[in-house]
Amino acid sequence: MYVAVKGGEAAISHAHGLMADERRGDRALPELDVGQIAQQLGHAVDRVMTEGSLYDRELAALAIKQAQGDLVEAVFLLRAYRTTLPRFGASLPIDTAAMAVERRISATYKDLPGGQVLGPTYDYTHRLLDFDLLDSGREVPPPRESDAEQQPMARVADILGQEGLLEPAQQGAPDTPVADVTREPLRHPAGRDARLQALARGDEGFLLALGYSTQRGYGGTHPFAGEIRMGSVTVEMVPEELGFAVEIGEIAVTECDMVNQFGGDAERPPQFTRGYGLSFGRAERKAMAMALVDRALRAQELGEETVFPAQDQEFVLYHADNVEASGFVQHLKLPHYVDFQSELELVRRLRREHAQARTEAGTQQQEAAE
Amino acid sequence: MTSFAQGLAQGAPQPGFGDAVFDSQASFRALLDALARPGEIRAMTLPLTAPAPLSPAATALALTLFDHDTPVWLDAGAVVGEVPGFLAFHCGCPVVDETERAAFALISAPAAMPPLHGFAVGEDRYPETSTTLVIDVQALAGGTPVRLSGPGIADVAVVAPVGLPGAFWEQMRANRGLFPLGVDVVLAAGGQVLGLPRTVRSEV
Amino acid sequence: MSAAEKTRPGDPAYNFGYLDEQTKRMIRRGLLKAVAIPGYQVPFASREMPLPYGWGTGGIQVTASIIGPHDRLKVIDQGADDTTNAVSIRRFFQRVTAVETTEETAQATLIQTRHRIPERDLTDDQILVYQVPIPEPLRQLEPRESECRKIHAWQEYGVMHVGLYEDIARWGHIARTYDYPVMVNERYLSAPSPIPKFDNPKMTRMAALQLFGAGREKRLYAIPPHTDVRSLDFEDHPFEVQHWDEVCGLCGAAESFLDEVILDDRGGHMYVCSDSDFCRHRREQGHRGAMAGHEAVRGLTEQAS
Repeated sequence: MYVAVKGGEAAISHAHGLMADERRGDRALPELDVGQIAQQLGHAVDRVMTEGSLYDRELAALAIKQAQGDLVEAVFLLRAYRTTLPRFGASLPIDTAAMAVERRISATYKDLPGGQVLGPTYDYTHRLLDFDLLDSGREVPPPRESDAEQQPMARVADILGQEGLLEPAQQGAPDTPVADVTREPLRHPAGRDARLQALARGDEGFLLALGYSTQRGYGGTHPFAGEIRMGSVTVEMVPEELGFAVEIGEIAVTECDMVNQFGGDAERPPQFTRGYGLSFGRAERKAMAMALVDRALRAQELGEETVFPAQDQEFVLYHADNVEASGFVQHLKLPHYVDFQSELELVRRLRREHAQARTEAGTQQQEAAE
Repeated sequence: MTSFAQGLAQGAPQPGFGDAVFDSQASFRALLDALARPGEIRAMTLPLTAPAPLSPAATALALTLFDHDTPVWLDAGAVVGEVPGFLAFHCGCPVVDETERAAFALISAPAAMPPLHGFAVGEDRYPETSTTLVIDVQALAGGTPVRLSGPGIADVAVVAPVGLPGAFWEQMRANRGLFPLGVDVVLAAGGQVLGLPRTVRSEV
Repeated sequence: MSAAEKTRPGDPAYNFGYLDEQTKRMIRRGLLKAVAIPGYQVPFASREMPLPYGWGTGGIQVTASIIGPHDRLKVIDQGADDTTNAVSIRRFFQRVTAVETTEETAQATLIQTRHRIPERDLTDDQILVYQVPIPEPLRQLEPRESECRKIHAWQEYGVMHVGLYEDIARWGHIARTYDYPVMVNERYLSAPSPIPKFDNPKMTRMAALQLFGAGREKRLYAIPPHTDVRSLDFEDHPFEVQHWDEVCGLCGAAESFLDEVILDDRGGHMYVCSDSDFCRHRREQGHRGAMAGHEAVRGLTEQAS
């Protein structure tokens, strides 16, 4: 016989125990080390840092280990930790023109000062499973050291800007506070600073699909990958008590400048417009998708019709965050007995009324026929 | 850091709450209750000192709610003397000259206070962006009785604060006419507060 | 203040109540404005909590901002203290505040709830904190925040009446059984959170302060004590609450909200009070339902091991 029971504390503790056991897996295999994750699952770490809004490879790797590789869960773990940290202030804008470049490509020019630097990439590899990787312990030779000194690499956007071909980057006054969507709720219409921050934190899959939709006619912007560059930049901050900038660290970032369809009107000559993407580490797909969506979201400001999902600020910004989305989708697992019971009561009543109405209609028909 | 430096520049600041976490929690609950139940007098948990001319209750409110995100307007009696240094040190709140920019206003001399409508009354779509006035009065009871009704009041509440300017209740009625816009008021005396949110209807 | 009171209760790794003091101040300021504008949704900078969005982060942030060492906290989900999410949230507060918790509605100073209002009348000394998934009552009719804000600003609630009337045209009834929209203080249309409409009448002129927190949607709102809360209706279709032909199988209550419990796969079912504290009190007073003492329901009245 079935015995109805209540949930409870014991069940929760038991679930935690099962989870820990499953995470460890077969005890005959060595336990995964956080350092291994940080080193060998670097792209996962980059994604978790980007969407978790926290640049810390070790903590991101820990989150990935704890979440058993569930990256959205790892983003959540990192975000929940981030909230508890004090906020000291805002850094100066990073200078990507001064980046120590590891990879730099432009789809708009065959060659340009500093050249095309392919760097580490899966582009042009053949996606064939490499069965050699099944055996651990295989020797990997170190990469060939480049003997050339890095030449200065002007950003493509700046090159285009000199000729006035590309709209200038929007500059806030140096002392204008930068929006922080983690400290103030979004208000619509949101400024570009708030939008870019929300996109940088946004889910890669969601932005990828939205960016893709603009390429398929849902708000097309004729994008060219003006430049993608990846490498490390220094982060500087001006502590109030010092009054001058000090270097506080170095981070790896990927930046994408999309050059999009030109605008112009009676006053302004035709020029290309910008879409911008930036991610931590090597999250290149994310940076590109972000740049497409950023440009699409500028529709209103550029006087374009806004009819497609990628152009709709509220739609994009309210649904891009995977921690919010994951929580709310999964909250459907929580008990809803009470709401469901309310619906049951109504549906049963409606069915009774429906049956009664049919019976009455039948009786009337019968009477009419007689 | 600025606030710390400013505080030090003005000499050793007076101490604030004995326990910042628990005293501000208890004071907040008193305030929440006072605004949720207009007309009922509530005791604040008091700081170790209060900068002249502020009452201990108004000081407790400042320590509980003010920080970098709250522009504060100080009346002529409060803007000189110990108050700005105390607030800079303990709260770090910006002090503003324009009444309509203030999230909070501290009124130490109600007889000379600007009219209520001179403060921020909020925007149609964001009515919460209005000023909360904290007015130090002589006493919260013993004056001319005023009947209050509205949300938070079961039937009618009678209050009788002493020391408000003659036009105050007339202005409160005009403030009620702006609802959902309008300022919210906390009267303070000694260690106690009395809440007058924008929803109260008053009858002298 | 005694030395004992000065030591921090709760997990020393976190501030009392988990939130930092600046966050508490921000939420506290929001709550005071919420109380001053009954039923209006105040935007707030909701923080990422260690529990998922949609699982009570708004209610948790409200509770964390108001709770003190002298509070007695009760946490319920679906009316019951022992549902897993209620247990999880209660454990969270035990860890970060070490306050006393209780299952007794009458003993609690703070009650955090999901989906129910306790059956027992609440008092002037209590605060009810609701976890709210969708604070915007117009959301299903108008998904845009910017539009909803205008509708509230200009009190143009016709769209909601049309929505409800379409139900009547189709079903003969207003087909909303939970999250049934209310007018607060005859000014703001508000979402009562998804409580069953059975509970709506308890909201009006309630002696306790009602606070609402929506973490993912970043909104706070409040209903002060003794404030009018009216469930929307029409003259020819007055508001009415659910009723059951059955009574609680454990305590025999006929006036409480009932959960249906399936007993077998042949249509066997029974009803029990959703409010577990209310039901236990009645049983302690000697009320007995038809299934009381039956082997099949032993697990509902005893703590699971």
